[in-house]
Amino acid sequence: MISFILRKLLLIVPTVIGISICAFAFVRLLPGDPILAMAGEHGVTPERYEVLKEAFGYNLPIWQQYLNYLGSVLTGDFGVSLGTKRPVLNEFLVLFPATVELALFAIILATAVGVPAGVLAAVKRGSWLDQATMGVALTGYSMPIFWWGLLLIMFFSSYLGWTPVSGRIALSFFLRPITGFMTIDSLLYGNWPAFVSALRHLILPTVVLATIPLAVIARQTRSAMLEVLGEDYVRTARAKGLTPKRVINVHALRNALIPVITTIGLQIGALMAGAILTETIFSWPGIGKWMIESILKRDYPVVQSGLLLIALIIMAVNLIVDVLYAVINPRIRVR
Amino acid sequence: MKLMKTLLAATAMMALAAGAAQAKQLVFCSEASPAHFDPGPTTGGNDFDASAHTMYDGLAAFVPGSTDVEPGLAESWEVSEDGLEITFKLRSGVKFHTQPYFTPTRDFNADDVIFSFERQYKEDNPYFAYLANLTWDYYQGMDMPRYVKEIVKVDDLTVKFVLSEPNAPMIANLAMPFGSIVSKEYADQLAAAGTPELLSTQPIGTGPFKFVDYQLDSVIRYAANDEYWGERPKIDDLIFAITPDQSVRAQKLIAGECDIIPYPAPADVEMLQANENITVLEQEGLNIGYMSYNVTEPPFDNVKVRKALSMAIDKQAIVDAVYQGAGQVAKNLIPPTMWSYNDAIEDDTYDVEGAKALLAEAGVTELTTDLWAMPVSRPYNPNAQRVAEMIQADWAAIGVTANIVTYEWTEYRERGKAEDRKGPFQIGWTGDNGDPDNFFATLFSCSAIGVSNYSSWCNEEFEDLIQKAKVTSDPEERTALYEKAQEIFKAEEPALTLAHSKVFVPMNKRVTGFVQSPLGDHVFDNVDVTE
Repeated sequence: MISFILRKLLLIVPTVIGISICAFAFVRLLPGDPILAMAGEHGVTPERYEVLKEAFGYNLPIWQQYLNYLGSVLTGDFGVSLGTKRPVLNEFLVLFPATVELALFAIILATAVGVPAGVLAAVKRGSWLDQATMGVALTGYSMPIFWWGLLLIMFFSSYLGWTPVSGRIALSFFLRPITGFMTIDSLLYGNWPAFVSALRHLILPTVVLATIPLAVIARQTRSAMLEVLGEDYVRTARAKGLTPKRVINVHALRNALIPVITTIGLQIGALMAGAILTETIFSWPGIGKWMIESILKRDYPVVQSGLLLIALIIMAVNLIVDVLYAVINPRIRVR
Repeated sequence: MKLMKTLLAATAMMALAAGAAQAKQLVFCSEASPAHFDPGPTTGGNDFDASAHTMYDGLAAFVPGSTDVEPGLAESWEVSEDGLEITFKLRSGVKFHTQPYFTPTRDFNADDVIFSFERQYKEDNPYFAYLANLTWDYYQGMDMPRYVKEIVKVDDLTVKFVLSEPNAPMIANLAMPFGSIVSKEYADQLAAAGTPELLSTQPIGTGPFKFVDYQLDSVIRYAANDEYWGERPKIDDLIFAITPDQSVRAQKLIAGECDIIPYPAPADVEMLQANENITVLEQEGLNIGYMSYNVTEPPFDNVKVRKALSMAIDKQAIVDAVYQGAGQVAKNLIPPTMWSYNDAIEDDTYDVEGAKALLAEAGVTELTTDLWAMPVSRPYNPNAQRVAEMIQADWAAIGVTANIVTYEWTEYRERGKAEDRKGPFQIGWTGDNGDPDNFFATLFSCSAIGVSNYSSWCNEEFEDLIQKAKVTSDPEERTALYEKAQEIFKAEEPALTLAHSKVFVPMNKRVTGFVQSPLGDHVFDNVDVTE
């Protein structure tokens, strides 16, 4: 098991270098330029442009800029934002918990609803229930997130007044972050109303962010279940006279879950992407909103290091999923 | 242990908050996070609202709701006969904020003024580069290095600005956010402690509100400054809830989560006006949407061609369709709210036949041209693509074929500046300091070619007038000069002036005393809330 993890860890090194090159190149390949973006309609004189270029180090040859960047990243220095002048890593660490909190709630909701829905659809294959579940899943999968979020806000927040429009917690609660997770922090402070407020603020963004992963998980569970239900051992289990409940929950579901876990792992990556829209709609102070604003401003240090940090996190999650996978399915370890 | 401390501090703070349950609170749903809280180097309207307008004062200030300048931290000022010296008499007894992280031992004085400006241009000042990648864009952009020779302390409460040439807009420049005064005593303390960067995150000013807390990209909290030298704000707590999406801001206002919102989506304005709990303020913006002809490229070097093309455009139809009631046709470069606006100017009338005749007179028969459309929505031009399509149709009526081109926003401006650019170019401007110089000289002076003069237009007579207006301090004389400059502008038509847009500020009816600023500032000094 340890050698399995070590092998996986070794693979991360070339991947990180590859990603750092991609991230570095990506932001520079975009048309536009950070100095001109900052100047706006004011424009900037050619002399001043050169001064700023030199100040930011963008006058160096591109390979040298990259090596400087890689060098500082290896010493833990992810650069300083051109806009806020704050270290990129500091901003990332402040904003990341908000994204994780939302992503966790979303993935829990997506799994808790998606897996049973998929199982149900598979067991009642071809029935109206199956058709309805898969129809809803297809709709969810093709939902334009921005429109969907606004629609929910207009109905549940503005019209019914059940949920708050946006934000992480009501403004009357003023909690300085400890962990950065609003739900955990409010409990640490022992502030029950704050905890309730944090949960209420999570409802709509969680639903919006979970919509696509939920659809994917439901469809994946259904097809995995259908495959397993046709296996010999399931027939044997049925033939032994086990109750249908036991056959499905113990014999079939456990095996069907292996590809589903992979899907959930992959969806965590997708959640980061989905967070960009969800966070913008719900004024959620996470890394999605942060990244998109930095791309618009051509804030090179934030974009390149932000991408790299997100990639590192996703790789870490994938590693954990691989290990989990190996725990569930010992055959994978020996390969 | 650290956790324990944080918990205790937080509990204490919650107790404070509970004690102040009767406190008057106002929530402003701002559109973007401030870069940081040092008003010197920041450049965005959201930065100004979050620091300069709430926590700081400058030597001069804009009169609320106007672009006129009134005394701020300077009680009065005197301009020398030759216009080369401005002497400021400073207000006495002004206190910088007392905060857990700083307790001032002295009142505001001349040292603070000198420090606040010197750090923006003296490279040996310890604060010139106290943050990484720091640039002083407004100090540079307003051409201050060219005019300010030195700043001299006469005595503790008298400061003299020595200029290298007279500059009438200087006082208005000093009222701008980059002219905010920071505490030298605080800066020295931070520098001695080796933490100068805290100047940008733990602000100390003299302004009406004190900093309480900022949660990145989420919430900024301020408290009224009880020791303010002016009238203490009527509200106790001011909160900025950062809400980037304009439709969501409108929903938050309806749901009562915000009291005031900036920049609503034009499509939402009518819905907000119809809501019985909401008032929508509106005002002409200090802006202009225009289309620059490149006067160095044939056939646009011929004024008859430029006039003909402008006459063929139905501006009113464009304003109605694109600005959706939030704009008015512009006949001059500066908006009507600005002093020296020349109302006697006659705009080109929309006249298809006249345009055809004029074009024939210029000897242009077949004309195919590029027509540039900005890729972004700006207050002065919400949909340049749509504008381009309408102009394209108007020009087709006089036999001119236009091909619409666009690029990524920075690329667009970069290519637009090129002196050999083909075809008319849509762009616009929002004023910085309410001085006409900030429109005429910034956009159409000879030295702005290659920077922000997209017409590459350098007219000797016009240039002469605006340069003279810049060095004259008598307002009446300046007005006359700018009025004449507008005549030349209209006769020469270096650009088609399209529209000035309106700016809306929707707010809850319980809010009183909010005054809309032509500069787009959101200022809360005099705002009150009724229960």
